[in-house]
Amino acid sequence: MSQTLMDVRHLKKYFKSGKGFVHAVDDVSFTIEEGRTLGVVGESGCGKSTLGRTVLRLEEATDGSVLFAGEDISRFSRQKMWEMRRSMQMIFQDPFSSLNPRMTVSEAIEDPLVLYKICPDRASRQKRIEELMETVGLAKRLYNTYPHELDGGRRQRIGIARALALNPKFIVCDEPVSALDVSIQAQILNLLQDLQKELNLTYMFITHDLSVVYHISDEIMVMYLGQVVEKAPSEVLFSNPVHPYTKALLSAIPVPSLHNRRQRVIMKGEITSPIDPPAECRFAKRCEFATDRCRSGEPRLTEVEPGHFVSCFEFGGDFGTA
Amino acid sequence: MENIDRTPPALEIEDLFVEFRGRNSTVYAVNGLNLKIEKGQTLGLVGETGAGKTTTGLAVLGLIASPPGVVTQGNIRLGGRDILKSLEGEERERLGTLWGKKKYRHVYGSRFCVSEGELQKMRGEKVSMIFQDPMTSLNPVITVEKQIAEVIEKHSKISHADAIGKARDMLETVGIPRNRGSEYPHQFSGGMKQRVVIAIALACSPDLLIADEPTTALDVTIQAQVLDMMKKLKEKNHTSMLMITHDLGIVAEICDCVSVIYAGRIVEHGTLEDVFDHTLHPYTKGLFDSLPDLENRDTRLKPIRGLMPDPSIRYEGCPFADRCDYASDICRKEPPREVHRTDEHVVACHLYNEDNIAEGGAL
Repeated sequence: MSQTLMDVRHLKKYFKSGKGFVHAVDDVSFTIEEGRTLGVVGESGCGKSTLGRTVLRLEEATDGSVLFAGEDISRFSRQKMWEMRRSMQMIFQDPFSSLNPRMTVSEAIEDPLVLYKICPDRASRQKRIEELMETVGLAKRLYNTYPHELDGGRRQRIGIARALALNPKFIVCDEPVSALDVSIQAQILNLLQDLQKELNLTYMFITHDLSVVYHISDEIMVMYLGQVVEKAPSEVLFSNPVHPYTKALLSAIPVPSLHNRRQRVIMKGEITSPIDPPAECRFAKRCEFATDRCRSGEPRLTEVEPGHFVSCFEFGGDFGTA
Repeated sequence: MENIDRTPPALEIEDLFVEFRGRNSTVYAVNGLNLKIEKGQTLGLVGETGAGKTTTGLAVLGLIASPPGVVTQGNIRLGGRDILKSLEGEERERLGTLWGKKKYRHVYGSRFCVSEGELQKMRGEKVSMIFQDPMTSLNPVITVEKQIAEVIEKHSKISHADAIGKARDMLETVGIPRNRGSEYPHQFSGGMKQRVVIAIALACSPDLLIADEPTTALDVTIQAQVLDMMKKLKEKNHTSMLMITHDLGIVAEICDCVSVIYAGRIVEHGTLEDVFDHTLHPYTKGLFDSLPDLENRDTRLKPIRGLMPDPSIRYEGCPFADRCDYASDICRKEPPREVHRTDEHVVACHLYNEDNIAEGGAL
């Protein structure tokens, strides 16, 4: 069994708004082992991106702690955090807006090398940039081109090269392929998988695309309104979903095949407001199995089979009572 | 096949060419596209960004901005009626030579057979379009019921109060409580906004609905709701539909036929079963292979190598040749012609000829 790299405990992130506190991430705990991928799925507004940013301390957590390789980074000083960032990086969603349009490809990749004084002189820096470009599959002739000359797939490769520049151990991928066409999406997914094998990277893969998350993750965490509703190894989650929300989510995937189609579970209504949610199951309003108990307290994440956690009164066994 | 009694197809596009002429270069967006939707049918138009899907949709409505857009050739018929016709013979020659002269910049190689007034009347009544992004296609300072009523008032002579009443009925049809009609778009969620857009498109029960990626901006669960609703409404009103999408999953969900578009041309067309189970064109196959498999997690994705061709270059041969694993010399020299597997199933690829197509050809 490999070592635990990320250990997130009771992480909370609330945003103050005019009407109260937005519970963007509400008491989320998980661990990721070295060299593995944790997929995080959920609808827009469920707090998955905030979770990724809070884990990297791009947002300060309201409460809870993040342990990276055994060290509690949530108490680190700015200086120490700056050092730590070397080993934890992020790949952003939109390759069209996450790159500086006035920097060439090489300048964009050079940036982190200069900031962290990795390569002391120009020649070695150039060598490192070329090395990185080769790793992510960018041709050498693109060295001096600007992002606007490139298509989405190539731009996303720049984003990946930037993230890799400092030899990180852990990368948060925030919807890295959702802005890309399917044929390009497959190229980037393959690249990410190859890099993981080669460099023993650990990923936290945030996406709303369920078929992508199934393909790339070892373990999947389903979020709903800031909370984890179900967490299981990929195969288990897809073959044996327990939480009604997970079931509905899986059944909503449009399958590109005419055979073995899933039975649709159409959910009523839409995601409720995350502003100061009441102490009840947050999915209760859309859940067809909801009972009085669901409306009287919050369920807790309970292990229903080894490695498979569910937060539901009805299907999570009787341990769920808070 | 020729049968005079048959109802005319809801939409027929023949040999459509659309270009966008810039100062320094011309982008060839649509290059000889053929399309047909029978009455009551749903056709999925599948392709990647820049393949010419939206341009095709806009051409049907006569909404291509000109300049820079120019329809250089093509016929479009809506429910048997000519909308757009290629100029022929002498007329073409006469107007063709005037090209590029300042005064004649807007002269088309094709001409609308209907006036702008008639065209406006048709939009909404005969054919309407759902645009991709519900967040930007609604007016933020007008209540949603007024936005729906606007279409109704335009096309029928009824009082404003009646139109508002009808607008509220429409809201109910798409699953929004009628008393929310007096609210503004920002008070609605993404899924509800898209429903409002659908309500506007369906307000005058058009014969043909062009849906341009109607669910791309939505979450999967909301997407499922919206698709479900569109399916029901379509069956209720016998509307024909052109579903523009890049998602083969949505096609499998809602369409009867599929046309796969690449670089402004249809490369494969057939019924759902034809295209999904008897895939012929290497590009179509590539699209399927690029998708993650929900049955088996360990299969490695097989992306299509390379990128979409530069649309500002005219290709002599098959535009897919540079990315195709089966390409040979002929693919780069000659444009492929269409080969039929069945009456419905057509592919444009050099791998196939009348002799080998029945066995599934070379793939």
